[in-house]
Amino acid sequence: MTEVRVFTLFERFWHWAQAAIIFGMLFTGLEIHGTYQLLGYDLAFSTHVVLAWCLIALTAFAIFWHLTTGEWRQYLPDYHGIWPMVLYYTYGIFSGEHKPYTTTPAAKHNPLQRLAYFGFKAAIAPALWLSGLILLFDAWWRGTVVDQVISFAAVAYVHVAATFAMMVFIIAHVYLAATTGHPWYAYLKSMITGYKEMD
Amino acid sequence: MRAGLCLLLLVIAPGLQAETWGGEPTEDGRPPVPASRLDSTADHHKFAELKVPLETGPQVTRACLKCHTEAARQVQESIHWTWDYHQPETGQRLGKRNIINNLCLMVPGNEPRCTSCHTGYGWEGPDYDFTLEENVDCLACHDTTGTYVKFPTGAGHPPLEDRTFQGELIQAPDLNHVARNVGETSRETCGACHFEGGGGDAVKHGDLDSSLLDPPRSVDVHMSPQGGDFSCSTCHEFSGHRQNASRYHINADPQAGIAIPGRRNERPSCESCHGHTPHDPRIHNKLNRHAEFIACQTCHVPELARGGLSTKTLWDWSTAGRLDEDGNPVVETNAEGRVIYHGNKGSMEWAEDYPPEYRWFNGNMRYTLPEETINPSQIVNINVPEGTPRAEGSVIWPFKIMMGRQPYDKVHQTLLPAKLFGPEEDAFWTGYDWDQALAAGVEAAREAGHEGLRFSGEYGFVETRMYWPVNHMVAPAEDSLGCAQCHGQDGRLEDLPGVYIPGRDRHPWIERAGWWAVGGVSLLVLLHGALRLILYRRERRAIWGR
Repeated sequence: MTEVRVFTLFERFWHWAQAAIIFGMLFTGLEIHGTYQLLGYDLAFSTHVVLAWCLIALTAFAIFWHLTTGEWRQYLPDYHGIWPMVLYYTYGIFSGEHKPYTTTPAAKHNPLQRLAYFGFKAAIAPALWLSGLILLFDAWWRGTVVDQVISFAAVAYVHVAATFAMMVFIIAHVYLAATTGHPWYAYLKSMITGYKEMD
Repeated sequence: MRAGLCLLLLVIAPGLQAETWGGEPTEDGRPPVPASRLDSTADHHKFAELKVPLETGPQVTRACLKCHTEAARQVQESIHWTWDYHQPETGQRLGKRNIINNLCLMVPGNEPRCTSCHTGYGWEGPDYDFTLEENVDCLACHDTTGTYVKFPTGAGHPPLEDRTFQGELIQAPDLNHVARNVGETSRETCGACHFEGGGGDAVKHGDLDSSLLDPPRSVDVHMSPQGGDFSCSTCHEFSGHRQNASRYHINADPQAGIAIPGRRNERPSCESCHGHTPHDPRIHNKLNRHAEFIACQTCHVPELARGGLSTKTLWDWSTAGRLDEDGNPVVETNAEGRVIYHGNKGSMEWAEDYPPEYRWFNGNMRYTLPEETINPSQIVNINVPEGTPRAEGSVIWPFKIMMGRQPYDKVHQTLLPAKLFGPEEDAFWTGYDWDQALAAGVEAAREAGHEGLRFSGEYGFVETRMYWPVNHMVAPAEDSLGCAQCHGQDGRLEDLPGVYIPGRDRHPWIERAGWWAVGGVSLLVLLHGALRLILYRRERRAIWGR
């Protein structure tokens, strides 16, 4: 049995920093949305904005890293292997079958992951980002023609709807990525240490 | 020896003082003030014109005008004199002379009472000469003695001899004494009318009452001696006896910035001192961004009637007229001593320390004028703040709402004025007969220029609403509203239309679908995980026997 490094230091830093920021933004965002009152609106809002800028900075690095290393290709959807993965999660996992996919440093994500992450990066995240920035810079377009085209409310609805989509993604992602390895914590471990045991 | 020295000092000390202060004691017995310490270049005590006996108000004014030659004409051009205002944006003819409200309804027919707050003498009816300069009352605004008073039913005249009003002795002022001690306006002089509007202290505005004579810092940061110690005219600057503020036409979105000499001045707006970005920007500059579409008053005047005096919130004329066995009006008061029922006026409600209502406001107040037809099946807005959500020049502004039930003409569908005051039988407070009082009120209004007004003889009472813009009693910054008071459910802006407020608003479908999806995937994950766990344990038992 050998250990292979799957995730570089930057990838792990990026992943966990992003996770922390996203959880922070979700936590404060729901308070801004009026779901509960914990921090107080003022602190929740300030924190939300600070985390937004942190996320923007982090993402700028991540985009640079993915472009220069070519790792962005890891997220291109691969429709061929999706069906076996779906079957595995709905049936095979219960009957002790082997996962129909093996993680390698060259292909870190199984086809279902690729599709999910692609969806997150191409749809959910941009919807949140764009709508969030438009809301944050409301003062620039309030009372202008833009107000007639995109109402503040419509932008806010997009932001909230995308938040729900992200919550769904997070729940599924945490469950699948943290508990369905072999042994069950294998993925979680590799995202922390960077290494994965290869048979 | 020592006692002798003390005695000597006592003898010469007053002389020393007199020499130091360089003047003879005035005839009022006031200690003289060194010339360099006077606020003015003229000492009115020395004016021969003010030494001859002054018996009446107009006599005083004639004396004033001998030196202040243009003063009366200036006053006569101001709204304080004309009670007439042409609103340039709505085109409406407003001013106390023209509008009807839901307090004492309308001025015509009730002049001697209402015009006790006119900056003039003798406005008793439609024949009043608005051009006669001696009719201008200088003392109402320029008294510094606190002894000048206009008799409540005297058409603006001070009592010439001591008289009682509603059981209260009102002393006739010594007009010579008052005239020799004129000075700048003060909270007392402005407040004599502006704190007492609507028939008593704190009744009308909700943000103006006698607590502002000496308010603690918590009530008004600007006017408190522990704060800015401002008088009214610190912000309400007058030039040529005219000033800018008007609740008919507010500068809701002042753009000139901080008032710098030589530049355009937009006092009394908050921005003329504080500028457009008064808040510490912190991380997101959100407060300054909010200030672009939210009036300062919205957050910084957190409650109405904060000075310890309740303000009137409802006046129901329909119940008026109950008399006791002696024929006197029935009067009922609440625990605070406020009148909640008066045979003359009807039923009233009062409130203290309560949140205002908020509306989009571009500074223009549109009135339902007495000639305009109303829809009596719904609440009639006596006035409405105009404004468009999120539009340039419109801001969220706080208002005191005054509710009323008042007479209207069932045939012509108009609000009706009433003759309330006077010794005649047709005055409601004398004869208690609405038919006569309304007919007389309409007649007086027609004589005063409202020829379009008619009375069919059929009247009813209609619910009305009046908006009073809130501007005063600015709280210390630490007492202003917090974010969550608007950004939340059941908050201050619960009813404000036309804008999405984070924390208040949500799309019902997105909310429902979103939480169903989150719940659904959570359940799926739990079931999936539980099934795996059960199967894993069964397998382990099968292999290892435990």
